[in-house]
Amino acid sequence: MGAGCQVNRNRDAFANGIRDGFPIALGYFAVAFSLGIVAKKAGLSPFQGFLSSFLNHASAGEYAEFTVIMADAPYLEMAFVILVANMRYLLMSCALSQKFDAKTSWVHRVLVGFGITDEIFGISVGKPGALNPCYSYGAMAIALPGWALGTVMGIVAGNVLPASVVSALSVALYGMFVAIIIPAARKNKVIRGVIAASFLASFAVSRIPLLDGISDSMKISLLTVLIAGGAAVLFPIGEEKEDAKTEAAKTEAGEPD
Amino acid sequence: MTHDIYIYILVAAAVSCLIRVLPLTLIRRKIKNPFLRSFLYYVPYATLAVMTFPAIITAPQVPLAGILALAMGVVAAWRGVNMIGIAALCCGVVFVCETLVSVWPM
Repeated sequence: MGAGCQVNRNRDAFANGIRDGFPIALGYFAVAFSLGIVAKKAGLSPFQGFLSSFLNHASAGEYAEFTVIMADAPYLEMAFVILVANMRYLLMSCALSQKFDAKTSWVHRVLVGFGITDEIFGISVGKPGALNPCYSYGAMAIALPGWALGTVMGIVAGNVLPASVVSALSVALYGMFVAIIIPAARKNKVIRGVIAASFLASFAVSRIPLLDGISDSMKISLLTVLIAGGAAVLFPIGEEKEDAKTEAAKTEAGEPD
Repeated sequence: MTHDIYIYILVAAAVSCLIRVLPLTLIRRKIKNPFLRSFLYYVPYATLAVMTFPAIITAPQVPLAGILALAMGVVAAWRGVNMIGIAALCCGVVFVCETLVSVWPM
C-alpha cells in the first residue's frame, strides 16, 4: 500500500496487533455486556447497540450516550455530552500524532484515529519508535468486534440472566472507570483532589432537588468542565512535564509502568 | 417530544470520530497553551469520577453492595490490579453481598 508499507513488516505488525489485542477483546466483551444492560434500559435494539458500539467503542462515552437517550434530551446535548465524555480521546489523539512518522498518509491517520480506545491507545503508544498503523489495525480487528458483540449480548441476554447476576454485572463498567482513575491518583496529588472533588460534587448535585430538571448526562458534562477547568487554573501542569500527558494516558490505559 | 435513536447514535458517532481523528490529522506540533494542556490533562479523571459516583451505589439492588464494590475496587486499583481484574472484583463483591443480604434479610 504505497511507500513505507513493506508487505512482510506490515503483516508482522498486524499479527502482533491481533496477539496483543486478544486479551483486550476478552475484557471488552465482559464490560460491553454490562454496557448492553444499560443500552437495553435506554430502549436500544440489539442492532442499534451493535451500531453504537461499533461506531463509538467508548465505555464512558457510550454510557453517557445512553443516559442522553434515556433522558430524551436534545441532539445538541448529545453532541456536547459526547464531546466532554470522550475528551480524553482528543488527548490521546494528540499524543499519537507525535508517534507517527511525518510521512504517514492521512488515510492511516484517520483509520488509526477512529480506532482509539484507552487500551488500543495504550498498547500503540507503548511501542518503541514510530508507530506502524498495521499494528493498530490488528488490535482493532479483534478488540472492536469483541466490544460490539459484547454489547449485543448484553442487550439480548441481559434480561435472560437472573436479577442478581445482572445487578452484579452492572458495576463492571464502574470497576473499569476506577481502574483508569485510581492508578493516576496514586501518583499525582492534584488528580487525587480532582477525583475527591468530583465524587463530592457529583453526590451533592444528585441530592439537590432543585437540579432534578437537569439530565444526568448534562450534570456529568457541566461538573467535568467546572472541575477540570478549576484544576487547570489552580494547578496548571508545568511545561517541563512534557511527558506527563503520555504517561497519564498510559496509566489510563491500565498499562503498568 | 421524542427523538430518533438512530439520529442519537449518528450524532454520538460523528462527534466521537471527529474527536479521535482531528488532532491526529491536523495537529503536527505540540500544544503550547498552558490552560488548554492542563484542562485536557484533568478532564478524563473528572469525568470518570463524576460518572462513577454515586452511580455505582444506585446501580446494584443493594446500595451497600455498591459502596463495598467501590471501596474494594479502589483498594485493588491502588495496589495495581489490572482493569479486567478490578471489573471482575467489583461484580463479585456485589454478587456475594447481595446473596448474603437475601439469605439474612435485615
